[in-house]
Formats: sequence, structure tokens, C-alpha cells
Amino acid sequence: MPTHTDQQTIRRVIWASSLGTLIEWYDFYIFGSLATVIAGQFFPKTDPTAALLATLATFAAGFIVRPFGALVFGRLGDLVGRKHTFLLTLVIMGGSTFAIGLVPNYASIGFAAPMIVLVLRLVQGLALGGEYGGAATYVAEHAPPGRRGFYTAWIQTTASLGLFVSLGVILLTRHSLDSDPVASIAKFNDWGWRIPFLASSALVLVSVYIRLQMKESPLFAKLKLEGTTSANPLKESFGNKQNLKMVLLALFGATMGQGVVWYTGQFYAQSFLENVCQLDFDQSRTILIWAILFATPFFVVFGAWSDKVGRKWIMLGGMLLAVLTYRPMFGAMESATALPDSWPMAIGSTSQEELQQLTNGDQLRKRTDGFDFANGMHVVGLTTDTLFKDQPDLRSKFTTSITKSVPSGTYWWLVFIVFIMILYVTMVYGPIAAFLVELFPTKIRYTSMSLPYHIGNGIFGGSTPFIATLLASLYPGDALVGLWYPLGVAALCLVTGALFLSNRNTNSVNN
Amino acid sequence: MINLLKRIVGIGWMLLAPIALCLLIKTSISEVAAKPSLDVKLQWGVFIVVFGLIGISMVIFGFFAYKGEYDRPPEQTQEP
Repeated sequence: MPTHTDQQTIRRVIWASSLGTLIEWYDFYIFGSLATVIAGQFFPKTDPTAALLATLATFAAGFIVRPFGALVFGRLGDLVGRKHTFLLTLVIMGGSTFAIGLVPNYASIGFAAPMIVLVLRLVQGLALGGEYGGAATYVAEHAPPGRRGFYTAWIQTTASLGLFVSLGVILLTRHSLDSDPVASIAKFNDWGWRIPFLASSALVLVSVYIRLQMKESPLFAKLKLEGTTSANPLKESFGNKQNLKMVLLALFGATMGQGVVWYTGQFYAQSFLENVCQLDFDQSRTILIWAILFATPFFVVFGAWSDKVGRKWIMLGGMLLAVLTYRPMFGAMESATALPDSWPMAIGSTSQEELQQLTNGDQLRKRTDGFDFANGMHVVGLTTDTLFKDQPDLRSKFTTSITKSVPSGTYWWLVFIVFIMILYVTMVYGPIAAFLVELFPTKIRYTSMSLPYHIGNGIFGGSTPFIATLLASLYPGDALVGLWYPLGVAALCLVTGALFLSNRNTNSVNN
Repeated sequence: MINLLKRIVGIGWMLLAPIALCLLIKTSISEVAAKPSLDVKLQWGVFIVVFGLIGISMVIFGFFAYKGEYDRPPEQTQEP
């Protein structure tokens, strides 16, 4: 058992590592969470779908560079040390996030605006690629034997908590810019979206200060002292057959499935609530916030449990449950938010029309219709068309969109469903840091564990929203068709993991 | 028995890679044909390159499994 001093040290290690990692996730997620607003600011508005896809592509690009960040910073971490490397990634992430908050929009500087944002987004992805491996390795190399799952699980909470904080800050900002809610949202979409990006800098400064107080990982410091660090971590990690086998096994037997379960249970769930179920902005986000809040402690529960029963079957159990139940659960969310049979027979309705003068003299007409239903659902329909100045009898094609607000009972039912999905996420994700750390030796650990983690999460997981949206556009008759990609990947990983992985959890991380 | 299953799964991985890549290329061709703009071409180009590399990794993994390299997986890479 560790002494009191050891306990204090490990608590400080966890605090310093987790806070910085949480901030990096926060920085990375605010971009994704504000995809629609950013699309309006930085991409040409000729086609809203194209603008949204452009942002999603940027999102995916951010994820695709993550594996490169894993290689660049992983190598650095195995050469110069964990502490300085994950300090550097934090500074790079904080700087690029702050800079995104300052970039003038497309209307001001034209094509340069999306280009700058894209570059900054890539830098964010690069930094994130280096952060996680460093934090997980740093904590694991401080953790006492038999408790590695428990201690590294704190790092595992940060990805979900980063999303939680980003959603919370966005909602708070969105509603606090003006006493009139509509005006507040308009201000947020105009310039207020920059606040969550700029706010990050204060958090980063605090975290950098805390990390500066920390010492190098004892295992790495010992290697350095003995002069036995790796001369070429990339070559030793991927050029050595024994190690390459383990990298591939970690990817195809664990992180690939974990990545898709993670992204489906959190990102795709929120996207599904907003785009398929057509839930309003606030409800689709607060549902996720509550579900994350309730589920987050289970990262630590499953991490600690994996110290007793092994990592393998907890992770694979989460994948199995996801494969079996994600589709019915998404179906339940769709049914719960379906329009009542009585549509369009509502028990009450309101209508409001407003004309907005455009610069060329034409007028944009917005008609808002609100309907209240007996089951408590409130539906708002927005119809927009253009009245031409020179041809009063001619109008543009109108576009319509609807958003729904569900009553309290349905709302909490949705929270419960998303909570269960995130519970699966905690099963696959809680023990995985300890699992990866134990798979590789100290001198190449940072490099070797970072790459499969970021390919699994960044590429397989990160492409889930894009591929799911693509599938939904190819097969528009089935709202759940987008799930076949994550379910297929998770099932494949489940079979591979069940056959190939070892369930031991007693490996030493000492060399 | 388990080792036999591992080898069969290895063959599956080796076959899956070219099938998945063919599907990806076919989809990308139809998507680019539907919207032949530069951003769509670039986007699909990136996907093909990245998933192409992953496809190669899938074949290597499958080959290792088929050759029995994982019949007794070491607990950690330092083991012989």
C-alpha cells in the first residue's frame, strides 16, 4: 500500500494530468459543438448543407491529424520525457483555441477566414494527439501496482467531462448575452460564440502553472538516468515485429471498437436528437449534459473493477451491449420524439411573421408557427422565403424547418436512454488507458500506445458522424441506417478482442 | 481450437481490407460524380489515403494471425 506521502503525490499527479487533459478535450469539442454556428461564420452560405458538411469535414480533418500528433509528440515524449511533452501539447492547444476565437469571419476577410480556421483546427488535432498518451502514461507510471486501472480512470473521465464543460459553457454563454432570449441567441450566433474559445486561455494558464510544478515520471527519469531511453522510438515501436503485433492488436482488438462506441454514445446521440429527432438546441444538449453527469463516475468504477477482474471482459462487455442495444435505443429516442398522431391537429397554436430588409432591397420573410399538443410537446415551424423588390408577385421557394420541445417525462426518458449509452462508454473506455499502458515497455510506451488510441478514436470513432450522415443521405428511408457503421466496427472488434486479447491485469509497467 | 479460430479470423481480416477499400472507392466515385467540386474530391481523397493505410494494417494483422503469431500473445512486448 502506498504511504500517505505517496497518496498525496499520486493525487497531485492525477489532478495536474486530468485538469490539463480535460481542458484539451474542452478546447477540441467546442469547435465540434458549435459546428453549425462556425459554418455560418466561416463557410459560404450558398448551401447550408454544404456549409455543414464543410464543417464536418473540418471536424474529421481535425481527427485525422490526431494520429500524426500521436507520432510527433509520442516520439518526443519517449525521447525527452512525459512532463515537458504534455506541457507543450497543452500550450499549443490553448494557443490555437484562443486564436480561433480571434479569426475574422468570411464576410470580413473572405476565403482567408476558413483557411486560417482549418489550419488552427489541424493544430488542435495535432496537440490532442500528443496529450492523451502523455497524461495516461504519466499517471500510470506513478500508480501503485494493482491500482493502475483506478488511477488512470480519472484521466478517462476527462474526455466526457470536457464535452460536458464545453456544452455547459456554450449554453451559459448563449443565454447570458441579453435579457431577451431571442436577442441573446442572435448575439451569440453573431459574436458570442467566440467567448468559449477565448475563455479557454485562462483555463490553460492555470493548468500550465500546475503542470510546471510536477516532476518527471519516476520510471522515465530512471531510464534517462541509466541512459537506456530509446534512440528511435518510432523505429522501435513500429519496426520491431513483436511491438508492431501488439500495436495492431491494440487497434483492431480494443481501441477501434472503443472509439465507435464512444462517439456513437455521445456525439452521434446528440446529433441524432438534434437532426433526426429535431429536438431544439437547448434540449438536445442538456439531455447529453445530464447523462454525462450521471454516467461519469462509472469510468472510475469500471477502471477500479478492472484492477480486480481484468480489463478485457469489461471492455468487451461494453462493446457487446452496445452492439446489441444501440439500435433499439436510438429507435426508442426516435419514437419518443415522433410527432403525435393528431399532427397537424394541435390543441393550440400561435403564428408570427417578420420581414427582414436585405441589402439589395429584397425582403426576407420569416413565419414562425407554434403548435401545442395534448401530450405536452411543443413544435415550432419556421418558414422562410424572399419577397423580391422589383417583382412583387414573385417569391422565392420557401424553406421550412421544425424544432420540437418535449415534455418533462419524455425529456427524462431521453436522458435515461443516453445515460445507458454512456454507461457502455464507461465500460469500454474506463479501463483502456491501463490496458494500453500495460501493453508496452516504458521506453517506447508514449509512442506505442498513442498511435492505436488515436487511430481507433480519431479515425474510426471520429468519422462516425460523417459516415452516419452519409449513410442517412444514401438511404433516407431509414433513420437508423447511420448506426450500421459503428455497430459493424464494434462487432468486428468484439470478436477480435475476445479471441486475441489476454485478460491479465498484473503486468508490471516497470522495466 | 482457439488457435484455429484465430487463423480463420486472420483470413477474414485479410479479405476484409480489399473488400472495404473497394466499397470505399466505389462510394467515393459515385459521391464525386454527384458533386464534382474540389472540396468533395479532396475529402474523399483524404478518406481513401487514410483508410488505405488502415487497410494495409488490416492485411498485416490478418497475416500475423494466420501465421500463428498470436497463438500465444506475449503479455507485454518485451517478452520473447
